[in-house]
Amino acid sequence: MTAEVAPGPAGASPRSPGSGRRGRRLIRILPLSPALVLLLLFLAGPIGYCAYIAFTDLQLTGQASSSFVGLDNFRKAFGDDDFRNAVWLTLVFTVVSSIIGQNTLGLALASLMQRASKPVRTLTGGIVVTAWVLPEVVAGFLLYAFFRKEGTLNAILDWLHLPGQNWLFTLPILAVSFANVWRGTAFSMLVYSAALNEIPKEITEAAEVDGASGWRRMWHITLPMIRRSIGTNLMLNTLQTLSVFGLIWVMTRGGPGNRSQTLPLFMYEQAFQKSMIGYGTAVALLLLVVGSLFSLVYMRLLRTEV
Amino acid sequence: MVFSRRTLRRLAADAGLLFAAAAFVLPLAWVVLSSLDAQADLQVKVPGELTLDNFDAVLEPEITFTPLLNSLILCGGATALTVACAALAAYPLSRFRSRFNRPFLLTILFATSLPITAIMVPVYALFVQVDLIDTMHGTIFFFAASQLPFAIWLMKNFMDGVPKSLEEAAWTDGASAFQSLLRIVLPLMGPGVAVVTVFSFVMMWGNFFVPFMLLVSPDQMPASVSINDFFGNRGTVVYGQLAAFSVIYSTPVILLYVLISRRLGGGFALGGAIKG
Repeated sequence: MTAEVAPGPAGASPRSPGSGRRGRRLIRILPLSPALVLLLLFLAGPIGYCAYIAFTDLQLTGQASSSFVGLDNFRKAFGDDDFRNAVWLTLVFTVVSSIIGQNTLGLALASLMQRASKPVRTLTGGIVVTAWVLPEVVAGFLLYAFFRKEGTLNAILDWLHLPGQNWLFTLPILAVSFANVWRGTAFSMLVYSAALNEIPKEITEAAEVDGASGWRRMWHITLPMIRRSIGTNLMLNTLQTLSVFGLIWVMTRGGPGNRSQTLPLFMYEQAFQKSMIGYGTAVALLLLVVGSLFSLVYMRLLRTEV
Repeated sequence: MVFSRRTLRRLAADAGLLFAAAAFVLPLAWVVLSSLDAQADLQVKVPGELTLDNFDAVLEPEITFTPLLNSLILCGGATALTVACAALAAYPLSRFRSRFNRPFLLTILFATSLPITAIMVPVYALFVQVDLIDTMHGTIFFFAASQLPFAIWLMKNFMDGVPKSLEEAAWTDGASAFQSLLRIVLPLMGPGVAVVTVFSFVMMWGNFFVPFMLLVSPDQMPASVSINDFFGNRGTVVYGQLAAFSVIYSTPVILLYVLISRRLGGGFALGGAIKG
């Protein structure tokens, strides 16, 4: 693929403009069409369809046609204890695993890496990134094994003479949150490493000479300088975490009961196990709207780049 | 012995990182050690004797080869489609000025961060109506469409880095825009194309929810879904075999990641592509 490049004479002028300007403009946009068709049919289509069936009582089986039910699905959702449970668990999951866990741990690892010796940095980076690259389902199994009653965590606690417990039963939402931290921290770490590398050395050194302590430097210099990265990272982490399904599915199936059932799992259960596609889609639409809001904020943060 | 402040700080940072590494490595150690242990259970432990029996047991057409082949067809097909469409779409966006570009790019950027999980229920309902459910091509089309926004975004940014003057020379020689894209622009942005390809492939290879929803028949299932058969369908769970399968299934994406990050430096341009 590389041999064909033959640089032409420098400064050659482009071919003179042809006749039909309109036709030429069409030809120019032509390469966009395959992507456009795919996006319209398989992305915009389902989103539009989502907005439509959320207002119907479509069911999975034994129903020839569905009818328009207006806001019934949404009214039902807000009166549904299971739905409110799912919203609450989604909030806990997002705040604990994404905003507190991945974000803070990612920043901590990235800033330790600035000072650590190279072998340690490479080793830790490699391990953390491997956890991130692993397929979602595999990560789910690994952490299932880790948190099970007979698993590694309890073995370690036992060795330290601390009481263990059946984590997936007593604290399922915390177990899946930690699983998500394990899996997702690498992303924040990479983003923050890139951001910290861009801070000029002179600035931190000057502060050091002035006698600013580590925490003060972090708070008054480093954090303000990487605030855009923090914003972007928080947005992307949150969006990613909102749509986690496989990890929780593999570890707990949303259980026991519904004690780790976040919105995506709730949506799936309503649509398929309870055959209420219309209701499930209404929940999906709410998730999509929340996601879109985050997405818009993310675009505001990036606005200078387009 | 007296250490300087700087050395002490480095040692403290090393200790902190090593502690984190130890915590992160435990689940990884479990999967590697268990895959080599005939008596594997749920705890990390060094096997009494190393054995490849678990690998022998799972390297069967039904358990490993068919699902991996399905994964390859799904993710390979969808990646090829994604990269081809993204390269074509990125060209006019990068090369020609048009009032259409900015709104299009903003929409693309918006779509990159939409939670795809949320639209899977309507996609399922739609696929049932148009008879695409349980078909490989339907799933490939959806995979490609869901990955396209990010692929176009990355591809356009990489393409902006290729100077326009080279193409202008080719145009004078009578090359069409398509020829100059294929012969000049794409070869010059080889690493960029590689990043888009590997990234799309890795994302799809690990994706569980999309094939889980859109495919039904067991013989079409990719590895990401079939791995669940180790629970339930085959009686008691043989953890050693589950671990062996996990290792086989995960290896390709880890190798691809290593390959691409060696080539492009740590964090493989992802940091650059999404930096704020």
